[in-house]
Amino acid sequence: MQNQNKSGFSAFLGKLVRQQYFIPLTALVLLALFNLIADPAFFKISITTNSAGNAVLSGTPITILDYGSELAILAIGMTLVTSASKGQDISVGAAVAIAGSFILRMLCGGDSSSTTLHMPIICAFLLGCVVAMLFGAFNGVLVAFFKIQPMIATLILYTAGRSIAAWFNNNELPIIKDTTFSYIGGFIPGIPIPTPFFIAVLCMIVITLVLKFTNLRLYTEAVGINENSARLNGLNPAAIKILSFVLLGLCVAVVGLIKVSRVSSINYSVIAKDIEMDAILAVALGGNSLSGGKFNMATSIMGAYIIQFLTQTLYKYKVPSEALPAYKAVVVILLVVMSAPTVREYFSNLMKKIKVKEAA
Amino acid sequence: MYAILEKQEVDLGVSENVVLKMRNIHKRFPGVYALQGVDFTLRQGEIHALMGENGAGKSTLIKVLTGVYTKDEGEISIDDQVVAIHSPQQAQNAGISTVYQEITLCPNLSVAENMYIGRTAGIRQNWKKVNADADKILQSLDIPAKATQQLSSCSIAVQQMVAIARAVDMDCKVLILDEPTSSLDEQEVAKLFKLMRDLKARGVGIIFVTHFLDQVYEVCDRITVMRDGQLVGEYVIEDLPRVQLVSKMLGKELNDMDDISGEYQTYKPKEGEAPVFEAQGLASDSGIKPFDFHINKGEVNGFTGLLGSGRSECVRAIFGADRVTRGSVKMNGKPVKISKPIDAMRNGIAYLPEDRKVDGIVGDLSVRDNLILAAQVLKGFMKPFSKAEANKFAEEYIKLLSIKTASADTPIKSLSGGNQQKVIVARWLLTHPEYLILDEPTRGIDVGTKTDIQKLVLKLASEGMSVTFISSELDEMLRTCSRLIVMRDLNVVGELTGADMNQSKVMSTIAGGEKKNAESK
Repeated sequence: MQNQNKSGFSAFLGKLVRQQYFIPLTALVLLALFNLIADPAFFKISITTNSAGNAVLSGTPITILDYGSELAILAIGMTLVTSASKGQDISVGAAVAIAGSFILRMLCGGDSSSTTLHMPIICAFLLGCVVAMLFGAFNGVLVAFFKIQPMIATLILYTAGRSIAAWFNNNELPIIKDTTFSYIGGFIPGIPIPTPFFIAVLCMIVITLVLKFTNLRLYTEAVGINENSARLNGLNPAAIKILSFVLLGLCVAVVGLIKVSRVSSINYSVIAKDIEMDAILAVALGGNSLSGGKFNMATSIMGAYIIQFLTQTLYKYKVPSEALPAYKAVVVILLVVMSAPTVREYFSNLMKKIKVKEAA
Repeated sequence: MYAILEKQEVDLGVSENVVLKMRNIHKRFPGVYALQGVDFTLRQGEIHALMGENGAGKSTLIKVLTGVYTKDEGEISIDDQVVAIHSPQQAQNAGISTVYQEITLCPNLSVAENMYIGRTAGIRQNWKKVNADADKILQSLDIPAKATQQLSSCSIAVQQMVAIARAVDMDCKVLILDEPTSSLDEQEVAKLFKLMRDLKARGVGIIFVTHFLDQVYEVCDRITVMRDGQLVGEYVIEDLPRVQLVSKMLGKELNDMDDISGEYQTYKPKEGEAPVFEAQGLASDSGIKPFDFHINKGEVNGFTGLLGSGRSECVRAIFGADRVTRGSVKMNGKPVKISKPIDAMRNGIAYLPEDRKVDGIVGDLSVRDNLILAAQVLKGFMKPFSKAEANKFAEEYIKLLSIKTASADTPIKSLSGGNQQKVIVARWLLTHPEYLILDEPTRGIDVGTKTDIQKLVLKLASEGMSVTFISSELDEMLRTCSRLIVMRDLNVVGELTGADMNQSKVMSTIAGGEKKNAESK
């Protein structure tokens, strides 16, 4: 009887470990436990009055929700690119700078200290989307037609992106004085929860609907798993890869809007710096293979918030922002090693041995 | 000691200048007994063809010889010295060099650098001397290349010759040419053959692996035939007419009495009905020569020929899987344009590819997703099947073709080969094609499934579907097809129907060109 229980438990454990939710959930629990033991004040949420005179929620969990949302939006696009192209886009941060800069340019109309908006925010945003999608398509074409490795192809925009962003505004720093613009990256009066979170939720709803009512998932996964077979089944692998980069471009434009709204301006060299690494990490932390194929959007989004959780934890312990990547690197190493085929094989062999022992 | 040597000589019959002897070579892989006691003998200054169909074991034999695989049993000796070959390096030291179909040199280095790479004793290198040496070798072998030239600026044929020159300069006694001619044009092949004859005159033993019968009879002295991991025999080329060679490769007797009185499928097209599919002068970038082809409603026909004869390339051209370079195509009498797979699919053509793993399955996806893929793509991006529909299709076809799978959610890669193949067949049946192409649907699957698929083909045809069926097993094709299109060396060389549909006739058509060959000699 006891024996049966035990094997039932180990079977349950084995099942749990195989679940894609396992990695992000474990990371979440570990981080939460650590903070709970070290300093429960980490989870304190209070109501404060912000500079605009609104009562808003504040505290580390709210910050995680706020900045994690940017990451979650990017993780959606990065998941698609990873699945279809078997590689990652490292120009995301630079592309955010481009999109943000372009939106500012449209809003201020070339006059960097303009007091009125040159066009409605929505128009500027939509134009920003078009620009970001075009840059996405550029990356996509390099990957799909010229068969350049995604990381190498996007290195071009990674290098040049911030200069292009500065060039849009003649290297000036436009300042938007309109207060509604600051709502996007901040708070809408009367609502104590940061707006980026609502935007992220909207993006999640949209991608869920798209995945439900189109064949985006089937096509993307088929191309990512077996391009030859996808082609012989009538798909156009190149078009699908480009589509994934274009969709990532759309995500980039949304994040660009949030980013420039936060400060009502832009700092070309700092905006969305290293965000591509966090977005890639979110995909990996979500248990998705970085070499393409099947993907799980929900775990990628979870991964994004967990990365932000990690970042905030590190900030809390006064780790300077320059040193953050070194700490995150530890997580990357763990993830990459854990998902390496040799390690997986070792563990599955180990599980088999345990099972055999139990049987005996 | 002497006694043993003498005995070996007796074994060999004539042992004139034997350079390489492989005796009783065994090699087992999990589930496959790839080499079952194979002997192979190569003499100095001879060009020796190694022939065999799929799964014959010739590439395993080559890999054992070049140290890629280690043999389980057996003995390899060079110049009567037993040698141990456990790595490509040891093979090279023993004097065995290989030139592969794909160039394995470095295109961005110079010709001389390529010839001497990995062979220098130390770090310092006298490049002037190396270049001079290289030029001397190139000249002596009459290879049109300069030592300082970048390799990528040479044609593929010259690159191959440089690879050969490298091998020769390493004092090789045994030179293996593994399908060196597949990417060369006729003139380049002629140049390569000249080089091979030069080397032969210098006493190098050459093992020539090729799919092209004409080339074998043009340049080789001897042929060793393998089949199903076993040695069929070694023959002097004059003693082995082409038909005999084909029959030995396929493992069929030429004068099989059963065969002549055997049953065959017949088909009579209806008067005045345009063929379902018709192609004229069709060719693709795969190298096949332009061919004409048609299939009628409810007909089963097939492409036959040896491995590499262009059977698959023909159907790939029909489906638009390779880039079509010329030719016109009609469906039911109406001209259509097929330049990529989706065009063919929209015209009601379905194609089950030859290589299930590489071109067929989408490994990580579920049986259900694999099953609906083609129909889904036809239906459109914005119109996914509902979960209920997809499940219904999966259930229906899993039952219809008795696919053994734990559930429709199981990833297809965890199914057995035969069941994977059934899923791919189901995938195409779900698109309700007018014209179904099955390229080697029965390769590598169990006997039961094979019969299932043959029966299915005949059933579909009786329901009015046109089917093109390709198989490397001749009896299977004779049982299912009512018309056979025979291919040789990338050309369509004949068409057989009715009483001509028997093994002897097929084999003699595949072999063909006996007379022409005699003339060229």
